[in-house]
Amino acid sequence: MSRAAPVCLILLCSAVAPRALADGRATRTPPPAAYVEECGACHVPYPARGLAAADWAQLMGRLERHFGSDASLEPALAAQITAWLQANAGRGPAQAAAAEPPRLTRAAWFLREHDELPQRLRVAAEVKSAANCGACHRGATEGRYSEHEVRLPGAATLPSDGDRP
Amino acid sequence: MKALLLLLSLPTLAAAAPDPAALARGEALFHRPFDSGWSCATCHTADPRQPGRHTVTGRALLPLAPAVNPARFSDAAKVDKWFRRNCRDVLGRECSAQEKADLTAWLRSLPAETQP
Repeated sequence: MSRAAPVCLILLCSAVAPRALADGRATRTPPPAAYVEECGACHVPYPARGLAAADWAQLMGRLERHFGSDASLEPALAAQITAWLQANAGRGPAQAAAAEPPRLTRAAWFLREHDELPQRLRVAAEVKSAANCGACHRGATEGRYSEHEVRLPGAATLPSDGDRP
Repeated sequence: MKALLLLLSLPTLAAAAPDPAALARGEALFHRPFDSGWSCATCHTADPRQPGRHTVTGRALLPLAPAVNPARFSDAAKVDKWFRRNCRDVLGRECSAQEKADLTAWLRSLPAETQP
């Protein structure tokens, strides 16, 4: 066996290990500053895991028509952001085949996590849209979505339910 | 010599004074609704010294007037980017150099204190 083999093994392990955490989820690389600056200028810098890689590719491929707004970027910046989104995308099914552009708020995980919320909250003036994560998730801008940090507008906390994932 | 320096500096001082016509055009453009249904004021509010709100996402926006937010108009690339995007959204086309000059002149002319 050559000396190269153990080195390759170490490299392989270090590449694979972060994806093999106890809960089976990939390690999340914090977003690049460009993502927070550019995408976060108009909305919460959504977690990359919220959409599949194919969905992000579709969105990043037509930023000049981005949900009714021109969100076009310098190609180098767009490439940097795309690379991070692709590396940290969710593993769920892509929506890319659907007629509408992919939306985090239509993803299966999103609907499951928010199904207990009454419609009146989603249209409340403070919330405006289900895409306004920060209206309830106080740590959303920093990427924190724990239920412990949820504060519903007009209500103290979520209904007590410690068992919910 | 002193007189010469004074003479040389006069045109500069004159150019720095805002042209009232440009300010009026800038103010009118800021408030004018376009076919998109939006105006600049839709997100930046009728008083750009106040914090705004993205009309689609609800995200809070910092005030646009440099008097209350000195970071505004300090980064040319950023100014170009937002004029390009927002003019396309609101006007349906890019703004002309004249329109951008008028808008920035008016925004820069706003004093910090809110008018009654």
